[in-house]
Amino acid sequence: MLEIKNLHVKLEEEDKIILKGVSLSIGAGEVHAIMGPNGSGKSTTSYVLSGRDGYEVTEGTVTLNGEDILEMEPEERAAAGLFLAFQYPVEIPGVGNMTFLRTAVNAQRKARGEEEMSAADFLKVIRAKAKTLKIDADMLKRPVNVGFSGGEKKRNEILQMAMLEPKMCILDETDSGLDVDAMKLVAEGVNALRDEGRSFLVITHYQRLLDHIKPDVVHIMADGRIVKTGGPELALEVEHNGYADILAEVA
Amino acid sequence: MALRQTKEDATTARLEGCSLPEGGSWATAARKSALARLQDMGLPTRRDEYWKFTRPDTLTSTDVPSAAVFDPKDEPPVFDAINRLKVVFVDGVFDPEASDDLAMAGVKIERLEHAAESDIHWAKELYGQLEINGQTPVQRPLAAMNTAFATDGLIIHVTEKAARPISLIYNHGSDVSDVLLHHLIKVEPGAELTVLENGPAAARFNKVMEVEVCDGAAFHHVRAQGRDHERRAVTHLFGRLGAESTFKSFTLTANGVLTRNEVVLELIGDDSVAHVAGAALGDGDFHHDDTIFITHDAVNCESRQVFKKVLRNGATGVFQGKILVKAGAQKTDGYQISQALLLDGDSQFLAKPELEIYADDVACSHGSTTGAIDDEALFYLKSRGVPETEAQDLLVKAFLAEAIDEIENEEISEDLTARLEGWLVRRRG
Repeated sequence: MLEIKNLHVKLEEEDKIILKGVSLSIGAGEVHAIMGPNGSGKSTTSYVLSGRDGYEVTEGTVTLNGEDILEMEPEERAAAGLFLAFQYPVEIPGVGNMTFLRTAVNAQRKARGEEEMSAADFLKVIRAKAKTLKIDADMLKRPVNVGFSGGEKKRNEILQMAMLEPKMCILDETDSGLDVDAMKLVAEGVNALRDEGRSFLVITHYQRLLDHIKPDVVHIMADGRIVKTGGPELALEVEHNGYADILAEVA
Repeated sequence: MALRQTKEDATTARLEGCSLPEGGSWATAARKSALARLQDMGLPTRRDEYWKFTRPDTLTSTDVPSAAVFDPKDEPPVFDAINRLKVVFVDGVFDPEASDDLAMAGVKIERLEHAAESDIHWAKELYGQLEINGQTPVQRPLAAMNTAFATDGLIIHVTEKAARPISLIYNHGSDVSDVLLHHLIKVEPGAELTVLENGPAAARFNKVMEVEVCDGAAFHHVRAQGRDHERRAVTHLFGRLGAESTFKSFTLTANGVLTRNEVVLELIGDDSVAHVAGAALGDGDFHHDDTIFITHDAVNCESRQVFKKVLRNGATGVFQGKILVKAGAQKTDGYQISQALLLDGDSQFLAKPELEIYADDVACSHGSTTGAIDDEALFYLKSRGVPETEAQDLLVKAFLAEAIDEIENEEISEDLTARLEGWLVRRRG
């Protein structure tokens, strides 16, 4: 599904190298987790994958289902099936949540040469999906993320994911700022989307999210590299011993 | 003074060969007085402080800068879906064929041309009067010129709540039409009227609308200045508000090499409410100027100014907005915001917000901002698959929404929102 090979990334504005050769291969239907201390390059990985400005890829390739995505605009990557659940979802005053979602869904359909969804059909689908995520009608009407609590913002991200039905989902610290109940709700939303044709890359500091979203593979990232890869037990090791031990071990 | 002499000479030259229209005694008196005002003030020049940001020369020149008649192609007329009484002018001349029957319960609609012929008319007390009031403290010579020379327009007397809006449609026929229109509206106590305006009007358009809103009356004004790019327009909307009356005006503008919309309101009755708002979409050699002057001269009145402009490819936006609170106008609630969204570094927004307050128990605030598209929001939208131009349009619409929200009538507000969306799509190419 997603193939990252020897990815080197620096900041566009300054001579700061963030990723120093990341390689990662996620198969269809797999859930991978990236864990790592602050500043290890986890979030940068998610931004570079989604096509955010400000980063320069100096080496390496990224393909989604065999297609090179690094040359694509963010909206083309989205249409190709990539989705990033933001660590800090952006507030957009004046744009209704529902309008935003319908514009996005139909833009992707159009880009893929599919028929646009009618207003009535869209309403039916979004109501059902919103309900399972405990998103009420008011949240759908309000401007995108404006005045939403931390938990509401993250649930709204998952709702977008559910509506857009991407193939490759990247969750950037989706657990940050969530209490246990909110995290469970978000995890349930994600789990409901797990499917043999859909893959996930879950970026997190802590193991607790991985109690709810069970990964197949866990990678430990440090200083712009993947330093260790293992099964779910690796996350538990981090939980018990912290990163220091693992980093000392690979150093 | 040399400057004054130059101005006088220029005004004399411009008025050479212009004669006041024929009419009955009241109209002739009003026109003569207006001509005297105009000669006294002189036509505006770039040296005038009030015209610092907008060049008046093409509005005052003897030769009319030509403007090709705009072809709207498949675009339906604005307000098409609204049930309204249509009054059509072509190059400033009333078109009875295209207009509806000028009859509505509680509303008397006459043409200025006809009303001006009679010697006795209610308009006598009011015609040109609000324009005169609006000449201090700032001179508006182009409005005086209009009062002096306009031959057509509507004289509307409203005594009840009008069942439907009066829709003034200005069609453009000739590349060099130079049009003056003067409307006078009196909304009697407790009565209500909505006036809609749209259409390119002329190559050069000078329009005055004087509106007296009596105690407890309401006047709503919604205007769409369309996509016809080459035309030049200067408009003055003068209003006087009685006690507990309401005056609300909204203008949506897209394109136009030169537009100067002046709104001059006096709040003379206690507890009156005045809202003036505008949304403008400018591209290239677009120049759009909102000049607002609101005078509070009564207790416990509210005024609101909300102006938003989206500018790109070197377009210019101007806002000159003033709130004057006279001594004794206590409990005034005055608000003013002007904002521009610049889509590139070539465009500019020039704002002059002013407050002048002589009462001590008032709440007045004003703000003006100029900014670019929010990159974070743009990326967020794109990351969800929305293409760049569409994402930008969504943000532009969101930016203008606050001004459009000022329109009270939902049907009209939806009509204009749909129109704005259409304009945004059309300009993508």
